[in-house]
Amino acid sequence: MSNKQNTRFHVNEQGYYGQFGGAYIPEMLYPNVEELRENYLKIIQQPDFKEEFDHLLKTYVGRPTPLYHAKRLSEKFNATVYLKREDLCHTGAHKINNTIGQILLAKRLGKEKIVAETGAGQHGVATATVCALMGMECIVYMGKIDMERQRPNVERMRILGTKVVPALSGSMTLKDATNEAMRHWINNPTDTHYIIGSVVGPHPYPDMVARFQSVISEEMKIQLTEETGNPFPDYVFACVGGGSNAAGAFYHYLHDENVNLVAVEAAGKGVDSGESAATTALGKPGVLHGSKTLLMQTQDGQVVEPYSISAGLDYPGIGPIHAHLFDTGRVKFVSATDDEAMNAGIQLGRLEGIIPAIESAHALAALSQFEFDQDDIVVVNLSGRGDKDLETYIRWGKY
Amino acid sequence: MKNRITALFQKQNKNILSVFYTGGFPRLNDTIIIAQQLQKSGVEIIEIGIPFSDPVADGPTIQDSNKVALDNGMTLPLLISQIKEIRKTVTLPIILMGYFNPVMQYGVERFVKDASAAGVDGLILPDMPLHEFTEKYKDLFDQYNLSNTFLIAPTTSAERIQQIDHASEGFIYAVAASSTTGARSDFAPEQITYFEKLQNSKLKNPFLIGFGISNRATFSKAAEYGAGAIVGSAFVQLLKTSSDFEKDIPSFVKNIKG
Ligand SMILES: Cc1ncc(COP(=O)(O)O)c(C=O)c1O
Repeated sequence: MSNKQNTRFHVNEQGYYGQFGGAYIPEMLYPNVEELRENYLKIIQQPDFKEEFDHLLKTYVGRPTPLYHAKRLSEKFNATVYLKREDLCHTGAHKINNTIGQILLAKRLGKEKIVAETGAGQHGVATATVCALMGMECIVYMGKIDMERQRPNVERMRILGTKVVPALSGSMTLKDATNEAMRHWINNPTDTHYIIGSVVGPHPYPDMVARFQSVISEEMKIQLTEETGNPFPDYVFACVGGGSNAAGAFYHYLHDENVNLVAVEAAGKGVDSGESAATTALGKPGVLHGSKTLLMQTQDGQVVEPYSISAGLDYPGIGPIHAHLFDTGRVKFVSATDDEAMNAGIQLGRLEGIIPAIESAHALAALSQFEFDQDDIVVVNLSGRGDKDLETYIRWGKY
Repeated sequence: MKNRITALFQKQNKNILSVFYTGGFPRLNDTIIIAQQLQKSGVEIIEIGIPFSDPVADGPTIQDSNKVALDNGMTLPLLISQIKEIRKTVTLPIILMGYFNPVMQYGVERFVKDASAAGVDGLILPDMPLHEFTEKYKDLFDQYNLSNTFLIAPTTSAERIQQIDHASEGFIYAVAASSTTGARSDFAPEQITYFEKLQNSKLKNPFLIGFGISNRATFSKAAEYGAGAIVGSAFVQLLKTSSDFEKDIPSFVKNIKG
């Protein structure tokens, strides 16, 4: 991919997407990140890496995940709606695509231990899973609030042999868990690999995670061709916390401008309510967790505590690739409130017999904000399943 | 006027004590009296932290001081005005240390200008990339007579140490251990090996050793290898518990320096 058109939305040699990205890290992390930067492309392009990665995705994760034509949902929205069933991945979300890739990379770098952060617990579970698979020691940091609202995932990680450490600083959610995981890495720089769970962090993480997740749109192209004769849909919808499922669902469509890409952020109790996680609506360029990106912050540069009913979207930034896609207008960013997402989640249960993760329900909730033509092909990336959210659904009631 | 950091290292290259504390902690305006007491106690450099909501390189003690300072209402403009106040009585070199985001929001150029005008001599911005500094900001720092200090860690390669030395002005901050900030009572053998490596690498800049310096033993050991040392968490811990800065700060410094 040497021509300019084709690299417009990909990371450049310095680790930037337009003005966003880079590696804003203290020197204590520099050698680790540099080691990754120097090696990640070399390693993931090796035939034996690809083979092992593809084999595990197929036989362990259960890929390819189905592309399901949701007929009753289609009727409802007057379009042809497909669901990309990442919820059927082993462990229940797209997160495992990335953790399989990173654990194979960590092994080839000679690392012995893994640290990770988690919000909803899906990335934590996906990390705990691959660590069990590879016999590696694993520590996961999780905000205390998230440990309470995603309790089943905490216990899943523990059953898998992972040590779950509560993050007790700040808002005690994903941002703080990420701070603690980075501190852990600073304190354990040589034997430990940090498996970041989204397209965030210093370069090369955003690019690396996007590559591991790009299998989603790779499969979509093949499956859409089988279904419709055309690999290109009219729309792709995905929710954005840090943006890894969205990056994966958009990846192979970025340069086909006829495909409308829609990213859905969590508006919490409303974009202007003061309790929201809608970063593109509320954020300004800033630096957090090692990259320059859009960030919810005060005028003085203090990071604002976000809010969303969905732990996986409760993050004050987005990955730098998304900041760039927003900036260039390539991706349309919209948002859905707690209410809208919960209703859309329950609606999917009623119409299609699928209870989605509350994160994914945000992507579904955005469908009603669009006017489709009947023959529009719309793909919603169903990033995860709702099992982990049962308590939240129950507390919500209204079903 | 000559940069006070450069002037200091020209006349002294041993036993330099630099003390770090967070601006606006434990009470909003304590920033000023603490600086005055440090000068009275005979330290060589004052380092003031710009509080940030997400201090990823810091251990619990300094994290906590950041949170308290922000809860007290500390902001970067306010800190700069406190430094103007400090400059009425304090002649020691003053360094501001902080994470990049608050500086970026203030505007790097405006910040460098205002900090320099307030009497700041140097900056330490640990998460500002080296290439970004050399490409975008070095001339600006020079123009406003501010030194910039980079960190090096035990895992930093020999080649990169040379690059950092080349880009640095004033002194280099040698992080004593692969760790976040926090007080420790002793050095491990591999830390000594690392100090020796630094001592033998013929840097153009002097280096101060920081992270984990907490008492006379660690200070004098660090000062054997470097031009001196930086004390942070141990001092912040003292500030948290002290009810009498005028008594406790001089005795803290005396305990460390002898
Ligand atoms: C099911 C599901 N979808 C989406 C997300 C949000 O992450 P990202 O934006 O990186 O896809 C999460 C995060 O935990 C998740 O569990």
